[in-house]
Amino acid sequence: MSSILEALRGAAWLIASGDATLVGIILLSLGVSLSAVVFATLLGLPLGAAIAVGRFPGRKAIVVLLNALMGLPPVVVGLVVYLLLSRAGPLGTLGLLFTPPAMVIAQTLLILPIIAALCRQAVEDAWIEYEEQLRSLGAAGLRAALTLVWDIRYSLLTAVLAGLGRASAEVGAVMIVGGNIDGVTRVMTTTIALETSKGDLPLALSLGIVLITLVILINAAAYWVKDAAQRRFG
Amino acid sequence: MILPLALEDLSFVAGGRTIIEPLSLAIKAGPSTIILGANGAGKSVLMRLMHGLIAPSSGTIRWSDPDPQWLRRKQAMVFQRPVMLRRSALANITYALELARVPRAEREALAFEALESVGLPHLAHRPARVLSGGEQQRLALARAWALHPEVLFLDEPTASLDPGATREIETVIRAFDAAGTKIIMATHNLGQARRVGDEVLFLHEGRLAERAPVADFFARPATTEAADFIKGEIPWA
Repeated sequence: MSSILEALRGAAWLIASGDATLVGIILLSLGVSLSAVVFATLLGLPLGAAIAVGRFPGRKAIVVLLNALMGLPPVVVGLVVYLLLSRAGPLGTLGLLFTPPAMVIAQTLLILPIIAALCRQAVEDAWIEYEEQLRSLGAAGLRAALTLVWDIRYSLLTAVLAGLGRASAEVGAVMIVGGNIDGVTRVMTTTIALETSKGDLPLALSLGIVLITLVILINAAAYWVKDAAQRRFG
Repeated sequence: MILPLALEDLSFVAGGRTIIEPLSLAIKAGPSTIILGANGAGKSVLMRLMHGLIAPSSGTIRWSDPDPQWLRRKQAMVFQRPVMLRRSALANITYALELARVPRAEREALAFEALESVGLPHLAHRPARVLSGGEQQRLALARAWALHPEVLFLDEPTASLDPGATREIETVIRAFDAAGTKIIMATHNLGQARRVGDEVLFLHEGRLAERAPVADFFARPATTEAADFIKGEIPWA
């Protein structure tokens, strides 16, 4: 019990003092995860919408695969990206391994299926309501898909938040492709894992508190935006 | 001109059930056509077949101008429940105009004109989804009207509205009719058929049972099905 109190006291002190290492780690974490969310959103929303609206052979198999990929283990994504970016790999010449961009790539791949699958479901539900009207007006295919995505944009926020939650919480992928290099690729989750095993509980705990607080704040802001928009636009 | 419309041996079967039995008919420009019948008679399906939203199981649908691009452009449809996009009333109309390839510079003026024709110019900048049911349906009419269609399909446009809103919608429909747009409207409301229609296509269990001018249809129904329908409906019309 006393060790928890001690860790909490230390964590409070670290957070209050605005420790430079701590701030650096937090900023890198946010930068990596938010970048991944932006890329995965830009790719995932049109992809999910296209699958929702499209009618092509193998569509059902793709839907099942996409849903299954939501549970992709981060370490496996990390391993695949590691193989692609390693010196001998097909993208090795880019020299990205153990850099923040590699971490962004890994997290983007990790959360792309989550955002695409949730978007697919939301757009498909909306399509049932809108289909005849849009086809009557002459909107089909990609055009119809983009109209739907824009029209249910506030509902899709939930899909994006699910992606963000996954990205900010995972350790495996960023650990493998980032390497957890102090001051370069060390993020909140990898630091927590490392410091806990080293026994520096105050640093680990303070990062845990910051991580959870940030996730709650982001979700609260998103909820507020969605709520306000729904009251305004119906 | 895409009219006249010729349906030949048109039928529609879904899940082994015949929704529309083979029928042939020609629809000309001019008189407004009411597709009348009880719930489940096949009114909506027939209208969707004509509008091209569903494909017939057999038979053909021939417009006099076969160019598909032009066909889309010259028809519009208003549904029982209007589907409004989450944007302003005006933007809902300009969206339709954009899809119809109306040049950007002309869209807003056309949209305002359409809103005026249904008496909603003061709501142009309000989000469409927060309008009342009657207002949304009038907006749906404006959205269809802005395209200046040659043929306007209306699928029970007042079925979920109160009497006041129903009258407003009927007034707008008659104005569009007077302006030369061909009205093809499905309804089960006899009063509405009389008020808006010039001729009646009476559907009974997927079969075209009767076609007659409105006055003749109500005064001297030629089939017992039609006579029963008129009798049965009058107390609630």
